Amino acid sequence: MSTLRTALLNTALTIEEQRPWPRITVDVDTWRQATLAIAAGNATLSGLWAEPGAVHMALLDDEDGALMVLTLATPDGRFPSVGLTHPPAQRFERAIVDLYGFVADGMPDDRLWLDHDRWGVRAPLGSAAFVPADGSAYAFLKAEGPPLHQIAVGPVHAGIIEPGHFRFSANGEIIVRLEERLGYVHKGIEGLLTDTTLEAAAKVVARVSGDSTVAYSLAFARAAEAALGVGVPQRAIWLRALMTELERLANHLGDIGAICNDAAFALMLAHCGMLREEVLRAAKAAFGHRLMMDRIVPGGVTADLHDSGAIKALTAYIRQRFPRLVELYDNTASLQNRTVSTGRLSAGLARRFGAGGPIGRASGRAFDARKAPGYPPYGDLDFKMAVRDAGDVDARIWVRIDEVYESLELIEQIVDRLPPGPIAYPLAPALRERRVPQAGGLANEPRDGATEGLALIESFRGDVLVWLRTDETGRVLRGTVRDPSAFQWPLLEAAIEGNIVADFPLCNKSFNCSYSGHDL
Amino acid sequence: MRRMLLEGLFRRPVTEGTPAVNDAEVDALAERLGVSAKTRLGRSLSIREVDAGSCNGCELEIHALNNSYYDVERFGLRFVASPRHADVLMVTGPVTANMREGLERTYAATPAPKWVVAVGDCGAGCGVFGKSYAVIGAVSDVIPVDLVIPGCPPEPIDMLKGLIGLIEASARG
Repeated sequence: MSTLRTALLNTALTIEEQRPWPRITVDVDTWRQATLAIAAGNATLSGLWAEPGAVHMALLDDEDGALMVLTLATPDGRFPSVGLTHPPAQRFERAIVDLYGFVADGMPDDRLWLDHDRWGVRAPLGSAAFVPADGSAYAFLKAEGPPLHQIAVGPVHAGIIEPGHFRFSANGEIIVRLEERLGYVHKGIEGLLTDTTLEAAAKVVARVSGDSTVAYSLAFARAAEAALGVGVPQRAIWLRALMTELERLANHLGDIGAICNDAAFALMLAHCGMLREEVLRAAKAAFGHRLMMDRIVPGGVTADLHDSGAIKALTAYIRQRFPRLVELYDNTASLQNRTVSTGRLSAGLARRFGAGGPIGRASGRAFDARKAPGYPPYGDLDFKMAVRDAGDVDARIWVRIDEVYESLELIEQIVDRLPPGPIAYPLAPALRERRVPQAGGLANEPRDGATEGLALIESFRGDVLVWLRTDETGRVLRGTVRDPSAFQWPLLEAAIEGNIVADFPLCNKSFNCSYSGHDL
Repeated sequence: MRRMLLEGLFRRPVTEGTPAVNDAEVDALAERLGVSAKTRLGRSLSIREVDAGSCNGCELEIHALNNSYYDVERFGLRFVASPRHADVLMVTGPVTANMREGLERTYAATPAPKWVVAVGDCGAGCGVFGKSYAVIGAVSDVIPVDLVIPGCPPEPIDMLKGLIGLIEASARG
């Protein structure tokens, strides 16, 4: 993609103040060429969002993890559809149309997406014109023929899970089409990230998807620090990684147990649930909150690790208990019978959709934001990227198992090598004084005027993207977030095709996409 | 597997003791509930969880109630799959405009006597989200709420206390 990046930079109308990756404004022709380039696989679409008067598209280079943002001005409220040539963009486009009232020329699917006709306004972040909030029927895609029947599930599901609607068309037990209808937990997060304080925005971003709160706070902090040019002490950088790995460990343990439970193997859930609980208790002991919410802030972290004993005891305990569970999983034929070859996701689709996290890595997409683009302190740490090729439920379990061991490895390295020093630099003086006071850590590089920051962070679910525009006082003018689920949800529809209805919970849990992170 | 099952038989349980519930709080709750449900429900409550807009943080901790440490079923509390089987709705999240009807219909589908527990700071009062074009408000803005368990998210032990209080109160009612 580096040649594509160069070509795009050469056609840029302007290059904007965005760190650490460039944002360029382009004309309609270049926008079209870029959409063709991602459709051809020369780059991965990593985000598509809007603001009044413009649309932005983030391109990712799978090889080196470098990002580039393309901006197209939309003076007449129109832009050429990206989804027309690149299907992964379609739901993003529908969301942009719903929120801003733009027209995406050539858009193949023009049904409302986040807008369920319940808001009382049309285009709430655009013209915000009043319309009655009486709900509208949704035209599901058709699957017709004498033996086919439909099964409607949700939005309120049977378990303790988030709301969403699944419409199955089945031929007997075989699923011939699954269509998702999402948007039920849309809370207007882009609106809340418009013209607000850094503190308020940080709290909102920490609650985009509660299971990835640490990763989101880290992405927000890094985007804010990039935009404002503020530094972070070394100790905070390492503590952030410690929290991120604890979060990954807790979620993977929970997922491994829950997937097996959806194959009616409750013993794994019971034991993995215990290990997960131990992680959360250690997190509470170390950082004062079970999910470590709001512990990472721009400039550093809010809680120091005073005693690493609880963390060391935790990793020792998991190292003692977990291998038996892995052995149990590996040696239980009835369980393997459910997971092996079920819900297969092809490598081609995973690559095309830029599937992040264990879903992409179980289908051969060797991408992990900790490796590339990479961010400190992972360059100083020794860990392997878990990749499998089978693309089935079993492969997604194994990637998580491998990552449990890698996270244990990382946690032990971090605790052993945790550098001393302060855990945060005060943000306000750094913004006021406009100089570089820190030795070690990331240096201050104050900026003037409105500046932008972009961050890509590996959550347990995959790469989280946060983009922010701030003024020089640190106020957030505008921001957006992109959850890995946004690219993973459509792939679930593909993976389930040809499977039996009874395997849907199993497939769904092995994906474990976020509803809240998608709906925003 | 045999080894794990044997170990499970002989190992000391990891389950927490019963958390203490303040007697005065239970009395106050019983008075507030004001219904004589004892004969109908005894000391057992079936719970239906409804996410009306949450970030999923509360759901993670509600899940934890089922793990061996909190083992909510030993108190006669059980999560059920349908509102038709439920005595209690545990509702999380600021209620989004898109989930309002889902919540109202779930409430209507729950047979009386029924109680509603609003879980988390968002369920209690919108949390960091506030009312907007997409958010209707707290749970109590949409359906009647009998008990609020605040926190972001509330810890399992706090939810356990709240639910045990509800059982006690309903048995006294």
